[in-house]
Amino acid sequence: MSGAHRVVIVGAGPAGIRAAETLVAAGVRPVVIDENARWGGQIYRQPPAGAGFKRSAATLYGFEAKKAEAVHDAMAKLLPKIDYRPDTLAWACEQNRLDTLHAGRETSVPFTHLIIASGATDRIVPLPGWTLAGVFTLGGAQVALKAQGCAIGSRVVFAGTGPLLYLVAYQYAKAGARVAAVLDTSPLARQAAAAPRMLSQPSMFAKGVYYVGWLQAHGVRIERGVTLDRIDGDDAVRGIRWRTRRGEPRSLDCDAVGMGFGLRPETQLADLAGCRFRFDPLNRCWLPERDAAGRSSARNVYLAGDGAGIAGADAAELAGRRAALALIEDIGIVTHRSAQPDATKLERELARIAVFRAGIEHAFAPPVNAAQHWPDDMTVCRCEDVTAGTMRACIRSGLATEVNRLKSLTRIGMGRCQGRMCGESAIALLAAETGKPLADVGRLRSQAPIKPIPITPMLYDDGVHVQPEEAHDE
Amino acid sequence: MNDTRAGVSHFDVVIAGGGLVGSSTALALAKSGMRVALIERRFCGAQASGVNYGGVRTQGRTAEQLPLAVRARRVYGRLPELIGIDGEMVVSGHLRLARREADLDVLDRWSAMAREHGVESHVMSGPAFRQRYPWLGPAAIGGSLCPSDGHANPRLVSPGFAHAARRAGADVREQTELSDITFDGTRFQMRAGRERISSDWLVNSAGAWANRIAGSFGESAPMKPIYPNMWVTEPLPLFIGHSLGVVGGGIYARQVERGNCVIGGGRGHGDGEYAQPSTATTRAVMRDACALLPALRDALLIRTWSGVEGETPDGNPIIGLSRTTPRLLHAFGFSGGGFLLAPGVGEVLAELVTQGETSTPIDAFSIGRFSSTPLSVTH
Repeated sequence: MSGAHRVVIVGAGPAGIRAAETLVAAGVRPVVIDENARWGGQIYRQPPAGAGFKRSAATLYGFEAKKAEAVHDAMAKLLPKIDYRPDTLAWACEQNRLDTLHAGRETSVPFTHLIIASGATDRIVPLPGWTLAGVFTLGGAQVALKAQGCAIGSRVVFAGTGPLLYLVAYQYAKAGARVAAVLDTSPLARQAAAAPRMLSQPSMFAKGVYYVGWLQAHGVRIERGVTLDRIDGDDAVRGIRWRTRRGEPRSLDCDAVGMGFGLRPETQLADLAGCRFRFDPLNRCWLPERDAAGRSSARNVYLAGDGAGIAGADAAELAGRRAALALIEDIGIVTHRSAQPDATKLERELARIAVFRAGIEHAFAPPVNAAQHWPDDMTVCRCEDVTAGTMRACIRSGLATEVNRLKSLTRIGMGRCQGRMCGESAIALLAAETGKPLADVGRLRSQAPIKPIPITPMLYDDGVHVQPEEAHDE
Repeated sequence: MNDTRAGVSHFDVVIAGGGLVGSSTALALAKSGMRVALIERRFCGAQASGVNYGGVRTQGRTAEQLPLAVRARRVYGRLPELIGIDGEMVVSGHLRLARREADLDVLDRWSAMAREHGVESHVMSGPAFRQRYPWLGPAAIGGSLCPSDGHANPRLVSPGFAHAARRAGADVREQTELSDITFDGTRFQMRAGRERISSDWLVNSAGAWANRIAGSFGESAPMKPIYPNMWVTEPLPLFIGHSLGVVGGGIYARQVERGNCVIGGGRGHGDGEYAQPSTATTRAVMRDACALLPALRDALLIRTWSGVEGETPDGNPIIGLSRTTPRLLHAFGFSGGGFLLAPGVGEVLAELVTQGETSTPIDAFSIGRFSSTPLSVTH
């Protein structure tokens, strides 16, 4: 390849690893930047090296053990052929350069081509008590188990909706934790209605059925179609209250709650890289635009995996390969066809998974009217402690019809998380109050840093100078 | 609101641009009974007026800006009464720091000059200064405190003026583009969105985009877009007692009640339409900021931002009547220092419309001052 090309991949999950593998096969040596200490992403997360406990792949990843091992092995083989930078946060992107933070040092990483495989986090739909100690996201609960070998509590309720709800409950129960209940806000009827689409991936569908069956066989209480009312507790979780499908009030004692409502793509880096966004009704959020190959609207920026739209780990592997092929084509490298995956086939498989995903999103849609029922005193933005009531008052006075204006006036999304956790809630509340569709109340713009960064490492760079000519800007 | 006027297409005054200048002008005019339309292409107070540092600072202003600055400062003392909110206005005092001996002379000279305009400031240095400000790093060797200065929250103040203007009866239209602007010899004719409207007066307060309006009347001012670079830390224990600046400019800092430190200096990037902060600038300013405020070293940076502002060659704004068109008023090009001045400019423009003159000297800000220099339109 021409030395003029500098390809950077952000993310070493299934999408990033397969993209790197495809690039290496074409003779490209990419830089792979990953926030985690070890490769695998969230779904195939590895326990930290020297963690002091050992669990087999089968224990850690269940049905996905083979896939996890395949992805891990692929990356292990790539290591000599890539510039791998683990434990590194890409916190800004401007003018074909990423700013990264690793081990307390700042490094600027220039690129000519960028593949963003930034993954996803749990979607949060708040309910009273969600900020109590002992409430974790489903992903967080899973990380505790996978990376730390511990459970989030001794009597755990899993609440929310989505396939992860049952998977994490299963993993907890299997690991010996006491799962008090699984409370799914989606009704069984909706899941049954979506079954034909989900059967486009029969093995995935079968796994979902298996987890539910296993939990039931082991006496774990499962309720569907519930409305979550509140998590009780003073400082820490003491119990949870909900209403059944028929509206009957229920409660249960517990000391931890794992909560999640599907996944939400991490799109900030794509935003900073200048990608154009569109509202995606299926994911119920704004996504960076991309073509079937993964090219974004920004020149030489490619998107793959859940960070560009939730499609799961299998799709992430395919999309990572596909985006890398597009990149290889765009920089004009001619490869032996047999040595590389077939682009058409990859796109066909991705399309098939998309049908399955549409089924999943329909079966496990987050509760649509939740925002309407949030009590005024409930915190929506925990960084800045903004309540639903504060936001409502602002919206009802006519001051904010758009989410960035709501942010300006109430501070929602201005804190440490920069709206990554609460941004969707703000949009939902704005839509509920104004009667507008989610797509019509604006999109929170991302600003660097993507995650808070310490100031000290910023002070080392000697290649920068003060610009004293700006005397007036205060 | 103002449904009763929905069918009316003629206004006494149309204001192009819903930043703090346009909004405060709209408020002042609406309160004096004029029929006013405030037309904003995006959202009121969402551009430079809403994303700037928030300095309510007279200290360091040039002699020609001081009368206007003093007048504007008085407006900031009446925010609750004027716009119904305090806008997080804090009379913290402004401390202008000296980092070398020569800076102290600059501070002394300014102090003497400002006193003639009724603005008090005290220059300090040496052990007394060090003792009074243990939270300042050794890079600061002295400073001048102007106790009547302060800071406010532009995100609240600027939209607040637009909202107050609407309550006072102004027809405030957001997400509405002005186009086809002409003067027919009697009235201004234009299109607001799809609707045709006309007016007796036109106020050009379109900020970095004001040359587009001026250009409709064969006029332009040498102005280039600038992108001030800003950042904010997580909340820290309160330690920055004043709003801070330095002699020569380039860095400024304040701490809000919640504890976040808002710091600015240098430039981001932009294309004239949108702005993006620059990490290289942020880094450079951080080093300077930490030399002045060592406690920042342990903080977390949570957000950076920028905005689009217009800068003139002499750093002074353009305020006053057009040279080509009667009843066309310009007010733009505040060069990064407009947050304090804007509400004063609103009063001045309202006086010019209603009384034909203003008690505040603004001759230095005439668009005519650039006539000897070659005009270049760079919006």
